[in-house]
Amino acid sequence: MKGTLGRFVRVLAGYGIKMLSLLLAVTILSFALVCASPVDPVQQYILGLGTAVSPEQRVEIEDYWGGDKPPVQRYLGWLSEVLRGNLGESSIYRRPVADVIAQRFLNSLALMLCAWALAGLIGFTLGCVMGTYRDRWPDRILKKLCYVLSAVPTFWVGLVFLLFFSVWLGWFPVGFSSPIGVLSEDVSLWQRLHHLILPALTLGMMSFPNIALHTRQKLIDVLNSEYVLFARARGEGKWTVLRRHGLRGTLLPAMTLQFASFAELFGGSVLAENVFSYPGLGSAASAAGLNGDVPLLLGVTLFSALFVCVGNLIANLLYRVVDPQIREGDKE
Amino acid sequence: MEEKKRPLLEIRDLSVSFSMYSHGLEQRDLQVISDLHLKVFPGEIVAVAGSSGSGKSLLASAILGILPENAQVQGEMYYEGEKLDHDRQERLRGTEIALVPQSVAYLDPLMKVGRQADGHRKPRPIAKRKNLFRRLGLPDRTERLYPFQLSGGMARRVLVSTALITDAKLIIADEPTPGMSLKEALAALRMFREMADTGKAVILITHDIDLAFEFADRIAVFYAGTTVETAPASDFKAGPDALRHPYSKALWSALPQNGFHLIEGVQPYAGNLPKGCLFAPRCPYCTEKCKETLPPVREVRGGEVRCWREA
Repeated sequence: MKGTLGRFVRVLAGYGIKMLSLLLAVTILSFALVCASPVDPVQQYILGLGTAVSPEQRVEIEDYWGGDKPPVQRYLGWLSEVLRGNLGESSIYRRPVADVIAQRFLNSLALMLCAWALAGLIGFTLGCVMGTYRDRWPDRILKKLCYVLSAVPTFWVGLVFLLFFSVWLGWFPVGFSSPIGVLSEDVSLWQRLHHLILPALTLGMMSFPNIALHTRQKLIDVLNSEYVLFARARGEGKWTVLRRHGLRGTLLPAMTLQFASFAELFGGSVLAENVFSYPGLGSAASAAGLNGDVPLLLGVTLFSALFVCVGNLIANLLYRVVDPQIREGDKE
Repeated sequence: MEEKKRPLLEIRDLSVSFSMYSHGLEQRDLQVISDLHLKVFPGEIVAVAGSSGSGKSLLASAILGILPENAQVQGEMYYEGEKLDHDRQERLRGTEIALVPQSVAYLDPLMKVGRQADGHRKPRPIAKRKNLFRRLGLPDRTERLYPFQLSGGMARRVLVSTALITDAKLIIADEPTPGMSLKEALAALRMFREMADTGKAVILITHDIDLAFEFADRIAVFYAGTTVETAPASDFKAGPDALRHPYSKALWSALPQNGFHLIEGVQPYAGNLPKGCLFAPRCPYCTEKCKETLPPVREVRGGEVRCWREA
């Protein structure tokens, strides 16, 4: 048991080092991009103050923020603050970036979690159906549907959903995460869910075709394998084969894909949240970008990189747990 | 030797073909097994011997009824005297007829060996399997291993155990020896000999003719998807004069210990088969009749042969 734990710690430490170096690279790259962009943080800060500023005061402010220093020095200054846990203050929300991210992320988390579970469930189920009925009509129809949905942009699906379910049918609200004119303390869980369903569905629609098509291909590979031929030779029927060998063999890649899809999920949430005016991290990211809120932009970038890394880490660790060839092979 | 007994399995004029798309939408049939005859009696090993890639493994799939969907099957099969149709194949596979596959690739890589040997039927025959593993010399921990952790010899014994656990009367062993050392191969074949000695019938599909000579009772010579001759193994030891078909004789002469004499030409491939006797293009005794019509199966000196020439 000690051996297992020791190995686990070693594996985790290895991933940790990789993750930290990746995050460092992300800070360098994103900082360099901001420096190269026409966005002037000082100007944005002054705009945010909402008062007129004389040119002399402007120079003073610039000096105060260290705007005249070389980029490397500015980066190191920013990094040392970040390492101390200070991500700066958002110029559009006038609050510490960490607070904004925390609050927005909680909203997004609910949305992404729903979308993620939905995509995984629908994707895996449809993938299994397609693989089982390969090249027959259920497969053909579903496959085309998956191709179409993969090709369609998220915001468009969101708009269609809005038009159809909210405007025409009136089943769901048109935007936001809670009803307008209700104090946030008074918003019920059902109201939150009601506002969540459509954005989650939109986001889920974007990632399930990927999972479904991968699952389909993997299931076909498994069903064409020699071990399934042998299982049939031993008298296993179609459903027994699917249960005993198909699910086992396809669950693994589906799960990896599911956790590796955190990146797409986050990217999709930026678009979906904008369409539905949903106050999550994605809409904060686009607001920060559009309004030149540099501290928030850098903070969100860093956080999303961490988020995606954690997803991949979970996928890697899970693989070790589920796949005996990796798990047992390690011991030898 | 068992001529008076009823054959456990009898195959008459079995043909298997696949419909394929060759150029765009033009469909054509590829015949991989042609008019194959085979009889298997209880208590004997029949070796189906022929070169690699000649469709021997498809014979196993055809008997079990697990050919791919685009395969067409013609001809008749009888098991214990009764017709072996699709429904019956479905019922018999895994119970009366068992397959011993070629390699560890036929085991699910994600399932522990013990569960796999037990099979899908409930209740799991755990006690019987443990006993069987012990008899086959597999250590107790084997049941907890995954297929990729097995050595070649262990994998072979696990595969054999999947057949023995079923009480099947007919066992089809598909190329059980390639990749094995001579010692392992002999051990594997000895297991099949033991099965046959307990009254089971074994079809040994192999391209290793030497080993087949040693362990089989009768040998069916497989050529271009058909059996040209079925003869007692002793005839193959006796030499070409005891054999009946020109191809069997040629095969005998081509063996290293018999001088390595090769004949001209190559086996015709599926989709490119001659009209009459499949061996006619390479046969030194070929006549016009051979080129035109397929010879019937005839009994000659205790063996069966498909040749127009009086052997």
